[in-house]
Amino acid sequence: MAESQLYQGLRAYALIVGMWVRSTMAYRTSFVIMALGNLAITALDFAVIGLMFSHVDALGGFDLAEVTFLYGTSSTAFGLTDLAFGSMERVGRRVRDGTMDTLLVRPVPVLAQVAADRFALRRVGRIIQGVALLGWSLAHLDVNWTWDRVLLLPVMLLSGAAIFAALFVAGAAFQFWASDAAEVQSAFTYGGTTMLQFPPTVFTTELVRAVTFVLPLAFVNWFPALHILGRPNPIGLPDGIGFAAPLVAVACCALAGLAWGAGLRAYRSTGS
Amino acid sequence: MRLYTAVVASSFRRYATYRAATAAGVFTNTVFGFIVAYTYIALWDQRPHLGGYDLAQAMTFVWLGQALLAASALMGGGFQEEFQERIRSGDVAVDLYRPVDLQLWWLAGDVGRAIFQLLGRGIVPMIFGALVFDLALPASPLTWLCFLLAVALGILVSFALRYLVALTAFWLLDGAGANMISVVLSLFFSGMILPLNVFPGALGETANALPWAAILQVPADVLLGEHQGAGLVGAFAFQVGWAIALLAAGRLLQSAATRKVVVQGG
Repeated sequence: MAESQLYQGLRAYALIVGMWVRSTMAYRTSFVIMALGNLAITALDFAVIGLMFSHVDALGGFDLAEVTFLYGTSSTAFGLTDLAFGSMERVGRRVRDGTMDTLLVRPVPVLAQVAADRFALRRVGRIIQGVALLGWSLAHLDVNWTWDRVLLLPVMLLSGAAIFAALFVAGAAFQFWASDAAEVQSAFTYGGTTMLQFPPTVFTTELVRAVTFVLPLAFVNWFPALHILGRPNPIGLPDGIGFAAPLVAVACCALAGLAWGAGLRAYRSTGS
Repeated sequence: MRLYTAVVASSFRRYATYRAATAAGVFTNTVFGFIVAYTYIALWDQRPHLGGYDLAQAMTFVWLGQALLAASALMGGGFQEEFQERIRSGDVAVDLYRPVDLQLWWLAGDVGRAIFQLLGRGIVPMIFGALVFDLALPASPLTWLCFLLAVALGILVSFALRYLVALTAFWLLDGAGANMISVVLSLFFSGMILPLNVFPGALGETANALPWAAILQVPADVLLGEHQGAGLVGAFAFQVGWAIALLAAGRLLQSAATRKVVVQGG
């Protein structure tokens, strides 16, 4: 039963995504500009770091290749989630204008419908940029690639994407109660990916502790990356803590799932 | 004139209605302020007088950027999408029949929005910043007055730019692509992602001459006391010059659009 529901959800997700891609292509000029604009936005995002490094050789003790590695891993993980779940911020709007009801009566899991709603193919730009920068950093890093480090790299990207996905889902669930407060989510999603692009040594240890124990963003890329780069943990945790990323990701997704269920149950229609 | 004042007031009330959204925005601005502030501290730690700013001035720039982000619509928004939707749906034909000036109508609405967001989303992040970091805020009330004037002129330039962008919908119908390009240019060339005086050489000079500099960089430098005497007059002239040029360009483009483009009928 649960399995067929998952299959049904994924199938519906794929169908809705396909529909939105076709719909986007109706305004082709706009899509091309959007896709280029998206690439430009992410490129400019990195330009900040480039400009910073035109003045200094290291930031928080990390050189350009190392910061680029952090940027590439954070951006790729976030890009994957943003492509798949980026429309979840719109839940609040649907609650406000009453169109949430439509989703509830369809014989498809609501989460799949909401995640695929207004699927934006242009968001693939961030993944392209993240992977490109990650590739560049890998060519310039001075790392002893033992098997555990090689293995940790893809594990980090997938766990990171899953942790971000949990944030998107939990943020969307929160909007069932506070339908106007969609922007709170941006502080953790966009704010999180921005923070993780910089070395943890740039921030205060209180902040690093907060994103370890309260909101475990540090497992998206900081802790696995510190292990790969052979750097000490800034808050004194054991070096192997980076390997806990998949466990943290699973726990986050489970909690987000519970939050989503609770949010959906708490939903009251506007009645209009 | 009374009509436009009424539009300003009702737009102010419209934005003031969404209190949870305002609180959420303040929260997000504050979180971003902290993240950016720490990265700047790492940068200024190595280059103490980068771009002619000391650390306190750099911190002030960070928090001012967060405080003006919504009011000066540095990430776009405001009236843009609404206007574009009216163009796409054809409702703009009704707007054109009304006995009001189209550009002034939207300007009045945007001014009301900006005043609310300056108060509602500007002050609290700035206080947070001032509580945690050492900021270089001026003591003289005259400097604050000059700063407010610079912010107002910056909002006018921002509106003029967004009006031009919104009008592209007459040709493209879907304005999302143009809006996105406009956000990229605005974030980069206003100084939002890094102060323009940290930009190297020719890039810095170009960026300082473009209209986006009038939205954040100029108000920030006025607040930080970087412009004095004739320099201050020059800074205001720069803002006024761009505002007039861009508002005039908006009128030209608008008349071209309304003459040449057939509005979608329904």
